[in-house]
Order: sequence, then structure tokens, then C-alpha cells
Amino acid sequence: MSSPARSPDRAAILRDAIGLGLAVGLYGAAFGAAAVAAGLTVWQAMTLSLLMFTGASQFALVGVLGAGGSALAAVGSALLLGTRNTVYGVRLIPVLRPRGVLRRLAAGHWVIDETTALSLAAPDRRLAWLAFLTGGATIYLTWNAMTVVGAVGAAALGGTTRAALDAVVPAAFLALLWPRLRRSFPEAAVQRRVALGGAVVALVLTPFVPAGVQVIAAVVAVGLAGPPRTTARPTASEEMA
Amino acid sequence: MSGTTLWAAVIAASLGCYLLKLAGLSVPAAWVQQPWVARVVDFVPAALLAALVAVQAATRGNELVLDGRLVGLAVAALALALRAPFIVVLVLAGAAGALVHVLAAAVS
Repeated sequence: MSSPARSPDRAAILRDAIGLGLAVGLYGAAFGAAAVAAGLTVWQAMTLSLLMFTGASQFALVGVLGAGGSALAAVGSALLLGTRNTVYGVRLIPVLRPRGVLRRLAAGHWVIDETTALSLAAPDRRLAWLAFLTGGATIYLTWNAMTVVGAVGAAALGGTTRAALDAVVPAAFLALLWPRLRRSFPEAAVQRRVALGGAVVALVLTPFVPAGVQVIAAVVAVGLAGPPRTTARPTASEEMA
Repeated sequence: MSGTTLWAAVIAASLGCYLLKLAGLSVPAAWVQQPWVARVVDFVPAALLAALVAVQAATRGNELVLDGRLVGLAVAALALALRAPFIVVLVLAGAAGALVHVLAAAVS
């Protein structure tokens, strides 16, 4: 977290939000390609990026469908990954203090990993909104445009390029997972244990359950995390001290 | 799977994910900040994403399959460990998968 002494100004907020937004939005091409490889139409890929707009859930939905899973298993895994955004919303309330039902309904759609990180890093409410809206708009536009590029591109591919795409999809999931396994992530060792457990559960169940169900069943690996730690996290004021 | 079922899954999951986002801005914070709820939410992504990595890289239907995808995954892990940008990771993984495909075709 940046030093509280020097608050970043408007220009820095805009630069960070647009820079991160463009980088993340490019990822939309990988999603569009993965969706078409999984058997979705270009329109369905575009609908997901427009209406679902939360990367991990979108990838999970097409990943389970691509593995031959049922619609129910696909929707279930997308929703499980979507629970993260509920927690982000709770963290954003004191920062953005959204007033009115309409503002909540509109802002809700853009509550994702990146907009939350950008908003929480801003020094006050006005700049938090600037970060949220600039980051949200940049990611939304780039992500949706690149989804079309990826989906249309993948629809025109032949055998070898399909093999390339097949290898890109698991790599994309690994890239989503990777930051959680890094040493700097809170409780990285526990994250690694849970991740390994999830992978093992999924592989062991693969021959025995309908395709896709093994992904949802892998949530039992969360049990490896053990009970919540009893020591309270430092509050914001303690961190400033 | 029929087109209608696919569309139903797309719309239902999209609506559900939106409601999950909106819930965070709407429900009393105490519900979500229960230690157990927070614990589960913190670790669900690791379990699910790792399961998806494994299933996408090493299975097809109900079978475990070893092919170019696993080679691509190994290359991706190496690139990530070397802190390569995201797009480079994907391109390298794709190139590795394509290479294995071409080599396998040449051998058989």
C-alpha cells in the first residue's frame, strides 16, 4: 500500500486506472477465443462479456461447458467464483458511499477485482469514484471489444491453431490463479495447499462424475484452509500509526 | 447441448453474477464479514481455479489425457515464474501446444 503521506493526484489516478484497464481488457481476446473453442457462438461470448463482466466466472462457465459439463455445473462454478465480488462490494461501501438505489444498481455491474483494487487505493471518496469509473469504463470497453476480436478470430481457425488455443485455455486459468500462489499474497502457503487440493480432487473425480461436476466438487478443498484465524486484522488506523 | 440451453446458462449465470455483485453493495456488511464466510470466500478461487487448470489441461470428457496442453501449461508456469507479461504467457503456451500437435502429426 502506498504511503499515506503523499496522496496521488488526479492524473496519477487516471493513469493507473486507464493503464490497468487496458492491460486487463486485452485479456478479453483470450476469453472470446476460449468461449468459441468451448462451443459457444460469437453472440454468446459477447453477451457474457456485456452482462456477466467478471473474468474468472466467464472463463469458468465456458471452461466447464468446453469440458463437456452440464449447464447447471457451468452456472454453478461461475456463481461460486462470483461470490468474491460480493465481498468487494462490502469493502467498497465505506469508500464510495454510493447514495440511492439507481447508483447502486449501476455501480454494481462494475464491482470486480480491478475496480475494487483501484478504488481502495484512492485517498478520498471523490478520487475513489474517479478510479472506479475510469477503471471500470476502460476495462468494460476494452474487454468487450477484445472479446469480439478473440471470438471472431477463433471461429476462423484450423487444426494446428485449435491445438494452440487448447493449450492457451489452461494457461489462462493458471495466470488467473498465479497471483494467489505468490509469496506476497496473504496466506500464500495455505492458498497453495487449497489449490493443490482442488486440482487433485478434480482429477480424481474426473472418471467417475459427469463432466464439470468435478470442478464444483473441488470447493471441498477449501476445508484445507482450516478455521478462521482468531487474531484480528489490524485496522486502518493501526496501519497508519 | 442445444442452443436454447446454452443461452439459458449464459443469461442465468450473468444475472446471478450481477446479483452477487449488487448484494455486496446492498446487504448489511456484518453478514459477509462473518469470519467463516470470509474464510471460504478467500479460498474458493484457489480451489476452483486450480481445478479448472487441471481439468482443462489433463482431461477430455471423463478421461485423463496427456497431450500438448500439458506441455503448454508447463511452459506457462515457467513464464509466470519468470514474471512474463500475461500476453507473453498465453502466446508461449499456445506455441508449445501447436508445436506438440505438429510433431505428433509428423511422427504418426
